[in-house]
Amino acid sequence: MPEAAASPFHSRLKHQYETLAQQHHADTLGMWLFLATEVLFFGGVITAYVLYRAAYSTAFQHASLTLDIVSGTLMTVVLLGSSLTMAMAVHAAQLGHRRALAVFLILTIVLGLAFLGIKGNEYYHKWEDHHIPGPGFVWSGTDGRAAQLFLYFYFVLTGLHAVHMIIGVAIMGMLLVQTALGRVRNYVVEMSGLYWHFVDIVWIFLFPLLYLVDRHK
Amino acid sequence: MPSTSTYYKIFALLMILALATTAIAFVDLGIFNPIVAMAIAVTKATLVVLFFMHVRYEGRLTFVFAIAGFCWLVILLLLISADYLTRGWLPIPAAIPPMGF
Repeated sequence: MPEAAASPFHSRLKHQYETLAQQHHADTLGMWLFLATEVLFFGGVITAYVLYRAAYSTAFQHASLTLDIVSGTLMTVVLLGSSLTMAMAVHAAQLGHRRALAVFLILTIVLGLAFLGIKGNEYYHKWEDHHIPGPGFVWSGTDGRAAQLFLYFYFVLTGLHAVHMIIGVAIMGMLLVQTALGRVRNYVVEMSGLYWHFVDIVWIFLFPLLYLVDRHK
Repeated sequence: MPSTSTYYKIFALLMILALATTAIAFVDLGIFNPIVAMAIAVTKATLVVLFFMHVRYEGRLTFVFAIAGFCWLVILLLLISADYLTRGWLPIPAAIPPMGF
């Protein structure tokens, strides 16, 4: 990438590499390797969810209908928007545009926090409706145990995702400080971007899996 | 390196797909509802991986690393479904009972 080499933010060559291109390639592969472990980390829970959904399809449908589709769709839109601002931040870092990088990092943080806010509001409503699994769980239908199982999956999957979001926002905050100090490295922005997009992809799958179970019935 | 207009186009496509998946969920397609929802999700994820995550602009080795996790996930899903979802297909008393409380 000739543009990247021209950026004032380009990384210093570490002694174990021969060229910046080789270093960048190693960085990218290492990040993707980490993301592969993350795919399987979420994949295990999603596999368990798919099996139980097949076993208790009616109860899972009833429980899924208690989720707020408007807030679910809004979260999807907000998170996809944050992926756009993240891609633009990486672009700005590669070109060495410090001001644009700072603006897009701030936008990404704002959208990430907006996502967490909507999610928190959703959790609050689940609390008010006594839909938190455990001794306080209240269910009006006859399939309470299986419905509770769906809500376990809902909280574990969205909770793990929210933890990843919080880590992502913290990383963006660190990058913003580095940008302000003029010490930011464009490859670090790029690798953080890969992480952010991955967390977005997890939500792309969680949204239809959790919120869109037999909505038409 | 893709241009910013590429990013905006991909974002517009993602928005259309996101709203489409919500809209289609309210239409009764029978068994195809989850299939269409997953197909749209895979399409969205592919767009993000190829363009936002630059896999389209990197070397082939990056592509292999990017697809590896997905391949292993498919193996996990297929083999575990071959067990759980086929129980009760044959009239043989199962050593492991079907799932249920």
